[in-house]
Amino acid sequence: MVRDVAFGQYFPTDSVIHRLDPRAKILMFIAYIVVIFCTFNYASLGVIAGFTVLFLALSRISPKFYFKSLKVIIFIVIFTSLLNLFYGTGEPIFQWGIFKLTWNGIHRAIFVTVLASSCLTFTTSPTELTDAMERLMKPLKVIHFPVHEVSMMMSLALRFIPTLLEETDKIMAAQKARGANMDSGNLIQRVKSLIPILIPLFVSAFRRAYDIATAMECRCYRGGAGRTRMKSIHMSTRDGIAVAVLVLVPAGVIICNILIPAMV
Amino acid sequence: MKFISIENVCFSYAEETDPQPHVNAVDGVTLTVDKGEFVAVIGHNGCGKSTLAKHLNAMLLPDSGRVIVDGDDTADEEKTWDIREKVGLVLQNPDNQLVAGIVEEDVAFGPENLGVEPDEIRRRVDEALKAVDMYEYRGHAPHKLSGGQKQRVAIAGILAIQPQCIVLDEPTAMLDPNGRDEVMRTLQKLNREQGITVVLITHYMDEAVKADRVVVMDNGKVLTQGTPQEVFRQVELLKKHRLDVPQTAELAYRLRGCGVDLPDIPLTEDECIKMLEEAMK
Repeated sequence: MVRDVAFGQYFPTDSVIHRLDPRAKILMFIAYIVVIFCTFNYASLGVIAGFTVLFLALSRISPKFYFKSLKVIIFIVIFTSLLNLFYGTGEPIFQWGIFKLTWNGIHRAIFVTVLASSCLTFTTSPTELTDAMERLMKPLKVIHFPVHEVSMMMSLALRFIPTLLEETDKIMAAQKARGANMDSGNLIQRVKSLIPILIPLFVSAFRRAYDIATAMECRCYRGGAGRTRMKSIHMSTRDGIAVAVLVLVPAGVIICNILIPAMV
Repeated sequence: MKFISIENVCFSYAEETDPQPHVNAVDGVTLTVDKGEFVAVIGHNGCGKSTLAKHLNAMLLPDSGRVIVDGDDTADEEKTWDIREKVGLVLQNPDNQLVAGIVEEDVAFGPENLGVEPDEIRRRVDEALKAVDMYEYRGHAPHKLSGGQKQRVAIAGILAIQPQCIVLDEPTAMLDPNGRDEVMRTLQKLNREQGITVVLITHYMDEAVKADRVVVMDNGKVLTQGTPQEVFRQVELLKKHRLDVPQTAELAYRLRGCGVDLPDIPLTEDECIKMLEEAMK
């Protein structure tokens, strides 16, 4: 069921990628997404593909899991491919100066985004991820943005997604056992049939939240002030190299774009 | 040596403005817990045992009376966090106590809150996980563990704070027999080997039997207390208050009623078998 989805899981295999500074990883991830929209020919696509394969290999996580997370988007890819047949290849959907959006581009973007975000979550524990977000958002403290609270909320949300999914399964089974019909009827009826699932789910989520708050207080949680971290994150040479790569990939893509005429 | 003393504590969940008559969840309880002791508190649902548990680490403050933990009054707001560092509370639902997505990071949550140095946190986390036999699971996600394993991680999370006393509010209520066994063994080990004071709130009589002292609560009051032997010998009193006794005690009680001559009320199966063999000779 929903729980089989590999996307968003963490696999502690302790590879080079795992040991990278999570801040570097997040920044690289963002750069990657931007860059993929700027690939206009096979050469620059090659650069991106090369780096993607390199990173996935370095993460020492079985390709099986990457395929699994790609499975989720197969539907989208097939759908857009069909549209592509009607619209013809390379027709820009949207153009602004040298930037143009094509179905091909969107394909590549979805593909690489899923791979890259899988790589990010597979190799970074939720705590590291939110810790890094907290550090990256730190400048926002100046405008009184509750940085610590937001990152704590994110890490709790990440922790409880699987628990709540499991609970949804249980509630659905319980309602089906009482004769609830969720798989037939028109759209409005189907949406209505979700109400008996959502209400118990919300009630239990609030109860859970109360319990969690109690448990956190029992463990001496009193906000972000004065907290330390077990895994303090430091920039090292390795992260330096990673950041260099972060610069090299866009540079490579841009050079390819200039040297070789547009492919589409 | 006295570690926690509860002096004539009353507590009600009702608001002052509530028109209904006040019902005290805890109604005049006086109790002490010694250092290094293993105390079990039993009683059926709604007898006030969970409410009492939350008084021990200042999660709830008494309406009247007071709770003294290691010389500090829980009502003293400046001491709240000192008290929570000394008395750790483990709750019933293991799922709702684990706040991080990785076992070792969850165990680190407590010491992180206390502002402990990273190296020291690492040391405490490893030690706590080894103490509950969950060290090899340190990299796992909590939602993939069994109930008993999750509850042991929750105990490790409290141990990492290095408390002198652990209070557990029905920690085995949501576990299967295997998980209950794991948790009980862990608690006995911690109590014996590390001298940690344990206050175990439970409604399983076979768990209470393993304690040094059993406190029976009913309607917010302490009904009786003493060693397991002393308490479970009073089969009639417990029955009158709709409380169970261990099966072996029940058996011995009924046999005695039929005129079989048994020297004492046995609390474990081994004791019971030995006693019955003696009686049949």
